[in-house]
Amino acid sequence: MRLGRYVPVLIAAAAAVGLQQALAWREATHYLTQITMAAYYALVVIGLCLLMGYAGQVSLGHAGFFAIGGYTSAVLTTYNLMAWRDTPLIAAGRRLGLVLQRQDLYGADILSFSPWVALLIALLAAALIAVLIGLPILRLRGHYLAMATLGFGLIIDRIVLGTPLFGQADGISNVPPFGLFAGLEVNGRAMFRVSNYYIATALVLGAMVLAINLVHSRVGRALRSIHQNEEAAHSLGIDIYRYKLAVFVLSAVLAAAGGVFLTHYNASIGPSEATVMKSVRYVAIVAIGGMANLWGALVMGVVLNFLSLRGVFGTYDDAVFGLILVAIMVLAPEGLLRPSTWRRMMSQVRQTMSRRDFRKPAPSPAAPPPVEAKVHRE
Amino acid sequence: MIQFGLSGITHGSVYAIVAIGFNIIYNTTGIINFAQGEFVILGAMIAITLAGVLPLPAAIALAVAATMLLGGLLELVFIRPVRHAPVLRLIVITIGLSILMREGMLHVWDEKVRALPVFTGTDTSTVTIAGAHISTQALWVLGACGVIVAALTLFFRRTTTGRAMRACADDRMAARLCGIPERWMVTLSFVLSAGIGALAGCVISPITQTQYDMGSSLAIKGFTVAVLGGLGNSMAAVAAGLLLGLLEVFTISQLPVAYEEAVSIVVLLLVLVCRPTGLFARPAAGAARAA
Amino acid sequence: MSDPILETCKLNRFFGGLHAVRDVSFRVRQGAIQAVIGPNGAGKSTLFNLIAGTLAPNGGEVFFRGRKITAARPHAVARLGIARTFQTTRLFGQMTVLENVMVGRHVRTGSGFLAGLLNLPPTWREQRAIEHQARAILDDLNLGSCAGELAASLPFGRQRLVEFARALATEPALLLLDEPAAGLNIYETKVLATLITKIRDRGITCLVVEHDMSLVMDISDEVMVLDQGATIAEGPPRAIQRNREVIRVYLGDGDAANPQS
Repeated sequence: MRLGRYVPVLIAAAAAVGLQQALAWREATHYLTQITMAAYYALVVIGLCLLMGYAGQVSLGHAGFFAIGGYTSAVLTTYNLMAWRDTPLIAAGRRLGLVLQRQDLYGADILSFSPWVALLIALLAAALIAVLIGLPILRLRGHYLAMATLGFGLIIDRIVLGTPLFGQADGISNVPPFGLFAGLEVNGRAMFRVSNYYIATALVLGAMVLAINLVHSRVGRALRSIHQNEEAAHSLGIDIYRYKLAVFVLSAVLAAAGGVFLTHYNASIGPSEATVMKSVRYVAIVAIGGMANLWGALVMGVVLNFLSLRGVFGTYDDAVFGLILVAIMVLAPEGLLRPSTWRRMMSQVRQTMSRRDFRKPAPSPAAPPPVEAKVHRE
Repeated sequence: MIQFGLSGITHGSVYAIVAIGFNIIYNTTGIINFAQGEFVILGAMIAITLAGVLPLPAAIALAVAATMLLGGLLELVFIRPVRHAPVLRLIVITIGLSILMREGMLHVWDEKVRALPVFTGTDTSTVTIAGAHISTQALWVLGACGVIVAALTLFFRRTTTGRAMRACADDRMAARLCGIPERWMVTLSFVLSAGIGALAGCVISPITQTQYDMGSSLAIKGFTVAVLGGLGNSMAAVAAGLLLGLLEVFTISQLPVAYEEAVSIVVLLLVLVCRPTGLFARPAAGAARAA
Repeated sequence: MSDPILETCKLNRFFGGLHAVRDVSFRVRQGAIQAVIGPNGAGKSTLFNLIAGTLAPNGGEVFFRGRKITAARPHAVARLGIARTFQTTRLFGQMTVLENVMVGRHVRTGSGFLAGLLNLPPTWREQRAIEHQARAILDDLNLGSCAGELAASLPFGRQRLVEFARALATEPALLLLDEPAAGLNIYETKVLATLITKIRDRGITCLVVEHDMSLVMDISDEVMVLDQGATIAEGPPRAIQRNREVIRVYLGDGDAANPQS
């Protein structure tokens, strides 16, 4: 067994600790809040990286899965079951600790599902919906798949906006904290800042370990081979459709998990989480990270979301993502975090400087690797 | 009943125009241009601004011309350098362009809902056909759709340039070997579909009004129509557009407004899954089994 | 004839109005090298795709080791023991040569999604075995030295060999070779001929579609000739060489057409 692939995980963990210490020393721990939120978004990105970068299947609907996770958990943990308190089912749930009683801000009693139950149901719901959606649409390719997933995302967006249960334009607030174990809880209040930073870090690095394992496994090789040549992969005995579906479901579950945890952390979720623009952002981040590059996607996911949450881009927030997306896809399709990209960009700059001939296009940076060169025209 | 039908046909013809815009680019490049909806909104926005200082026809003409120019520029700058890249990358690029255009419009025209004035008569003037009242603007929409389809048919059938574009659609390599400047045909297809989109935006603006972020919803409806008719088939797109328009009006009368888009998306998913070659295509002859 | 490993029965396939394969019935003997030849457009590749499950026939049956595999999906066909190479090589270009061959082991190994995520000891033991077997196959074809290179970076002739290695990694009983000599030079073709006979001698039946006549006549035990989708001759290479109908199809009536075209 090769342990080398886990070294970056240790480095990342050390860097996370170092960052927290540095921020504590500079008394700037308030940054941790946005880093934590960015980390939960990074869960979506890790899943999408597996789906898009490795298996080569685009999804413009992953904000939909994030929203499914977040909203399911929010509804289950805020919906007041007091009226059914004495039904045998709820009573049994209370005895088993599946249904918890607490008091809301105004002191009224609320009886609702435990976040653990909510998490489980949210992930199952995301998985189930991913199967139902994936069964038909994963047979599609290229543009068709992109449009179909976009359609799925839009439907979720409209459902969230149109259904009173999901709070419509207001979303759902007063979502309780998520008590994990040993006194740890997912809670956005300032006193929990440091512990939550580490909870998020642990979750993200855990997901990374799983993703890294998968990528290097028999299944991971199969996924990559599907990306590069579906017909050849099929002829080698790989049930391409099943594998596409499996990785689609996995990425949906990761996205939903991100949604669940962020909702508990923020104590709320709103319809902005379900928009197509969010889905496009996730795609952009994976692309900027270099598509089939888990670490690139993770770093970009945390950094860009952090900057965005800090409001660095101001009202140009979405425009910045659009611009980066276009620029990367035209100039550096392998992503920003590859040495080859930098070498090529430098040599291009040098060429342009020396030739001073802007009319002649530089040797196409876009020259695709030969295997991917064919343009599908379904 | 007829009233509903007319409204459906009006909306449907706009979807058809958007779908034709998709088809033109798809035929020469094999790309679906996700920024197609933004062309529609951009055309309307420019026209609305210009209409403040110019007579309406001039404003519309200039708006269409400006959008065509932008369409061509976008192709030259962003698509041409990566023409032969994998589909995934091209999709992502046009998505990025649509975001940039949308955000650009947000900063130029803010979030306010605007509209062009109706072309003739007043907001309430109607014509009565077969007992149903139809607004004059709806007639303009239908007329524009008819004119666009007729003009495109003539262009593709009768002019050398149009035939050259069709040749590229059939077989890009062969077209190049025949000396057709295939790359310029691609640019031209972006110019054309930007112009058609802008025109659609202008004629529909008095009816549906215009806001910076309406492009993506128009795009998905236009794409639904394009797929329904069979990608690349503009004549069928008109029929499919009317069909979707009618379907939408009748379902919206039964469902809450928030689900308006859901109708076309459900149609899209159904078509994609059941009949990806479109309603009107003959069963694909010898298509290899898809994965 | 001993039991045939592969048998087709009145296979038919249309493409629109084109009758690409018509009533093709033939048998492939266990342990033989059988060639399918014919002019361009004779339906050879279509026939291959019908056997491999890439296309479904419009009529007729395919039997493999006595079992009906008509219209089975490609991955199921591969699992049963039929491997193939493609006319234009279809390697996974951005994966290394070793990884390409390891993908070939996919069908004979079993760790699933969950195992892949968790990577527990049984999984990495299997992983080590896969790598070991893949290296052995590469060494066997003298490709050991380029195991770590990206498949797309190899010269064409080597890519073809890697595709062979990948197909062999699936432990096939029947190997479908679609124009294996296309694009190879004379020397490479010789190496290929030795390789194919070596594969046959190990008990793997080979069904070869090929244009290169000398290769076909050198290595095959049995030849079938297709023209316009139909079988026009079958038999050992010598008989085929003398067959009037075949000569007419290849050379035209008195025309000196190039038999290779």
